[in-house]
Amino acid sequence: MSHDHEYVSNTKRIWFVFGLLSLVTTVEVFLGIYKPGFLEFNHFVGLNLLNWIFYILTIFKAYYIVWAFMHMEGEKSSLRWSVVSPVIFLVLYLLFILLTEGHYIYGVFKDSTIKWNF
Amino acid sequence: MEATVTTANNEKTWGGGNEPLGASYGKMMMWFFIVSDALTFSGFLAAYGFSRFKFIETWPLADEVFTHFPFMHGNPQPMLYVALMTFILIFSSVTMVLAVDAGHHLKKTKVAIYMFLTIIGGLIFVGSQAWEWKNFIKGEYGAVETVGGSLLQFVDKDGKRVALEEFAVKLPEQPEELTRAKGKWFMESAETVPTYSVADVQAGFKAHPELLIRTEHLTAEKKKTVLTRAESEARLSTAKYVVEGANLTRNEYGSKLFADFFFFITGFHGFHVFSGVIINIIIFFNVLLGTYEKRRSYEMVEKVGLYWHFVDLVWVFVFTVFYLV
Repeated sequence: MSHDHEYVSNTKRIWFVFGLLSLVTTVEVFLGIYKPGFLEFNHFVGLNLLNWIFYILTIFKAYYIVWAFMHMEGEKSSLRWSVVSPVIFLVLYLLFILLTEGHYIYGVFKDSTIKWNF
Repeated sequence: MEATVTTANNEKTWGGGNEPLGASYGKMMMWFFIVSDALTFSGFLAAYGFSRFKFIETWPLADEVFTHFPFMHGNPQPMLYVALMTFILIFSSVTMVLAVDAGHHLKKTKVAIYMFLTIIGGLIFVGSQAWEWKNFIKGEYGAVETVGGSLLQFVDKDGKRVALEEFAVKLPEQPEELTRAKGKWFMESAETVPTYSVADVQAGFKAHPELLIRTEHLTAEKKKTVLTRAESEARLSTAKYVVEGANLTRNEYGSKLFADFFFFITGFHGFHVFSGVIINIIIFFNVLLGTYEKRRSYEMVEKVGLYWHFVDLVWVFVFTVFYLV
């Protein structure tokens, strides 16, 4: 079978990752409920600090789900890169295009006489 | 670079039977599927971002929309229920990965127990999503839409939301909901008539001088703008529809696209969870029947596990984009 490499049980690591993901989610919910003002109203590169924290924590969680739960850390690096790099590249591309255009349309509605009615 | 020396080993490279990525066919195909599905979800979430950027000043505040928690009616609990749902899904991911782990040791009973727990977790999650949809569709306060397509909500002097039924009066003349029996032959399916007409709401608003109107516009403090009484009366005179709850055409929370994306993205994710549960059930019965025991390999459990974790992965992003940011 394909499993030539020795499989080691890692229940300990699974529970560790579960604890980590729960902790991160708790922090996110806590920040989402209280929304500290100094985070919400200070911006860094067009995004407020609170949203930066949310996105970074989300990617942190995604990393652990893919690496530990989907067992990406045990795969060959060729498989790892074949899966991860196209997704990252295409998502960044998609976000860049759509968010730039969305922002542009916002400007059109704001500065011209066209009012949105749909 | 040195020239490659041809050895006997190289012949084997093209002779088949190689696994350059070190994964079996089935697992590779699952990864193919996951990559393409990940891009599909990214497309949806990016489209949500596009629409939100378009209406960045008027987008609804998620904290005010998702406030329900079972048995705590009338006591808004923003975020808590969806946080609970997230925990349930993460936990079902953990039981899934434990099932995979037990599978590597060929422990049939353990795999079956963990698979069963995963299925239960998935079902609870889908049920929670259905409940969330129910609350979203039903709505809580009601609102009014103007001829220009803006949404007006009602607040008291302290900025607390006021539901339509707390002030709207029932005027004697009521519009009647058309039925097929009374309709004309060219009648399109009629919109359901809301509990109150625009005139009911306007009359009720006039009778309650303490009420004000809140528009969709966000202030610098990321709160919705509350108009003065005079402005409120002027805005309310342009009202065209009474909006109660949410559907794909209009919703009482604000931007129409907000509800459309909510239904579409959480619906698509919920469908994934649902199909994941079905696949898990099939594999669960295969485990019970000893199919994988005979094969001496529980790789099938690993493959559905990949799908199940992917569903969890998508939820992590949906959670952030819809409820946190």
